[in-house]
Amino acid sequence: MKKLMTGNEAFAYGAYLAGVRVGAAYPGTPSSEIMDNFSRYPGVFAEWSPNEKVSLDVAIGAAYAGTRAMSSMKHVGLNVASDSLFYAVYTGVKGGLVIICADDPHMHSSQNEQDNRNYAKFAKCPMLEPSDSEEAKQFVGIALDLSEKFETPVIVRSVTRLSHSSTPVEHSDATPPPPPEEPPLYERNAQRYVMVPANARRRHPIVEDRLKKIAEYAETMPINFIEPGDDQLGIISAGVNYHYAKEVFPNATFLKLGMVYPLPEKLIREFADRVKTIVIVEELDPFLEEQLKLMGIEARGKDIFPMLGEFSPTLVRNCAVKAGLIPTPEAPPEIKTDLERPIRPPMLCPGCGHRALFHVLRENGVLVTGDIGCYTLGAAPPLAAMHTTGCMGASIGVAHGIDKGNVKDDVVAVLGDSTFLHSGIHPLIDVLYNQGTSTTIISDNSATAMTGFQEHPGTGKTIKKDETALVDPEKLVRGIGFEKVDVCDPYDIDQMEKILKDHLQSDMPSVIIARHPCVLNAKEKHTPPEVDPELCINCGICLDIGCSPLIQEEEHVRVDALLCNGCGLCVKVCPQEAIIEK
Amino acid sequence: MNNLDFLMAGVGGQGTILASNILAEVGLQLGYDVKKAEVHGMAQRGGEVDSHVRWGSKVYSPLVEENNVDYLVGFEMLEAARFPQYLKEGAVSLVNDYRINPPLVNLGKAQYPSKKEIESLLLSRADKVIWVEGTGIAKELGNPAMVGVVMLGALSNLVGGDKEAWLEVIGQMVPPKFVDLNKEAFLEGRKVTG
Ligand SMILES: Cc1ncc(C[n+]2csc(CCOP(=O)(O)OP(=O)(O)O)c2C)c(N)n1
Ligand code: SF4
Ligand code: SF4
Repeated sequence: MKKLMTGNEAFAYGAYLAGVRVGAAYPGTPSSEIMDNFSRYPGVFAEWSPNEKVSLDVAIGAAYAGTRAMSSMKHVGLNVASDSLFYAVYTGVKGGLVIICADDPHMHSSQNEQDNRNYAKFAKCPMLEPSDSEEAKQFVGIALDLSEKFETPVIVRSVTRLSHSSTPVEHSDATPPPPPEEPPLYERNAQRYVMVPANARRRHPIVEDRLKKIAEYAETMPINFIEPGDDQLGIISAGVNYHYAKEVFPNATFLKLGMVYPLPEKLIREFADRVKTIVIVEELDPFLEEQLKLMGIEARGKDIFPMLGEFSPTLVRNCAVKAGLIPTPEAPPEIKTDLERPIRPPMLCPGCGHRALFHVLRENGVLVTGDIGCYTLGAAPPLAAMHTTGCMGASIGVAHGIDKGNVKDDVVAVLGDSTFLHSGIHPLIDVLYNQGTSTTIISDNSATAMTGFQEHPGTGKTIKKDETALVDPEKLVRGIGFEKVDVCDPYDIDQMEKILKDHLQSDMPSVIIARHPCVLNAKEKHTPPEVDPELCINCGICLDIGCSPLIQEEEHVRVDALLCNGCGLCVKVCPQEAIIEK
Repeated sequence: MNNLDFLMAGVGGQGTILASNILAEVGLQLGYDVKKAEVHGMAQRGGEVDSHVRWGSKVYSPLVEENNVDYLVGFEMLEAARFPQYLKEGAVSLVNDYRINPPLVNLGKAQYPSKKEIESLLLSRADKVIWVEGTGIAKELGNPAMVGVVMLGALSNLVGGDKEAWLEVIGQMVPPKFVDLNKEAFLEGRKVTG
């Protein structure tokens, strides 16, 4: 039976069918749903780890123990986990280990558009790249077989347009192989698993030799194949780009690569001998193109297609026409219009607790080093109350550095609860240890909201929503040694302001936990307030909190009751007391 | 088998994604090869959400191509107005007669285009722009979040397929508590184009 599945659902299904028993991940768009879906299959262990490095170590441990394991993450997650990737390639694994990693060309929800295929080459780790959900399902199993055959981790690369697209998948009643009846004994082999220099030196040649063998094996893998067509034009492509190219060059001869590293050189040469011109259709970096050029094979690629952003059939067609590869298609006349269509930038939800916090921070003119999460939207106008955002966990170190750089401004770091547990603890230790005076605000909404409300160690629930130990950030920071710690609901803006001022004046390093549950996750809603048209002088001060239900009209401001969450923040900021709670 | 390309455009929280899931599933039930792509942007609510659905005998790309879309379904007026270049000549646009102001408009710093301007922009490609009181109808039935199903009802008359097939998929895909209400919303939507 065919079933529509997203790429992420298919990855999870493939992992289940292939007998993966341990899965660990930290959420990150567009990868998050992989582990969520996997956790719902029977007989598997799945976890949200505090960060990607931990998740990869967990999967590596399971694979050392002979169990099939999976770790999944978004592209930048592999930056965090990369140290572990490199050692795991050296030690190799016993049970299959697959790392599913999702890139985000165009940065739909990311801070950069790094091309993680480069990690395959860098870490000397084989990489597969499925092009639709059916392949996503199958490639997980193929990756695990490859992993066990060559005793190496294998990366499966996804992109937003695979992870979040739905395509038909063959779905059956098949079940995974049963687990071993007796738990096996762990095979102790320090020479292999203890990467001290002497052992690592012995492992490195094994890694190089293994890569050569995998490249030879790639020649025989059915996921790399030639699709015969008109040999005047030979297209090489992989992943979703293959489908865009099929739309644009329906008659060309294709080389579709299911494995993008290492490459099957003989197959590529055979293809090159056969076709007149080779064109490589690949998003982001010229990863395949450079390898072909190193082989001395002439190919076109980045002279036709851009290195930035995401491809689409429209883009591939336009570039192909420009390069003279295909005739100009018949198309309706271009639409010329100067109609103003104001953009709709992402915004904090009506009722979001982060908004109250940023309102107070802005009113006090504080310099805010930020981090990544819903609260990053505090940087957007009209709030405009966040001044740096780099990567997860960066806020605290950057604030400490600014503090040591001795500027006039009051500086605070703001980060979310999930981000704090991901990578905020170490920089906080640094502030204390190195005699910093900066203030850190944990905007604690008890969820990993940005990526879809996943549980984390601070919510007291596991990925399956079972009760578990709760890591309380207040106890944690006190345990580290912070003495100046306050907890406050940012909706109490007077109290919030009082605490903020106190912390800013103090020379002690300090932490404020601004706690208000994510209203979307907690499904919290109250009756919307109304504007009294007699009292409203249309000053627009309430609009500065940037809450979308507040609409400025000719005479006065109005609250759109359909959008409003009834949180009451606007009621508090209106100087005329014209917004009336109902 | 005709290839049909759909583009659905709305604002986060309007249920664009559920509607496109239903549309994709209906295509599969009707025997098409189906692909669907969407981006849920960075914000959980309030941002632009667009979803591509393709029905065909063989579909490669999950993304629709400019100049090729048969049906543009706008869940919000301005969102529909962003995509005229995707329409093929003779396409149909179904637009929910509903406006959600972008922040700049709320702040009085930008203008929301008029209904007439939006209509004439879409008509530079489309044969027809059908306005649907989607949110109005859904609200009357008790839940504005059903606007997607109302829009699907209006769309279903145009693309064909047995009414029962649509209703069955809706029954499978909306929360069990709301099945009857959603079916009703779908049938109300059908009346708009029926
Ligand atoms: C290394 C890395 N992993 C994952 C992500 C994706 N991501 C962005 S923000 C975020 C967590 C946000 O949770 P929290 O800090 O609690 O803030 P909230 O969104 O709840 O306000 C995640 C997982 C990322 N950007 N970088
Ligand atoms: S999802 Fe939650 S945390 Fe994110 S903006 Fe909305 S209310 Fe705020
Ligand atoms: S009460 Fe005011 S601040 Fe709160 S959601 Fe409604 S409009 Fe926004």
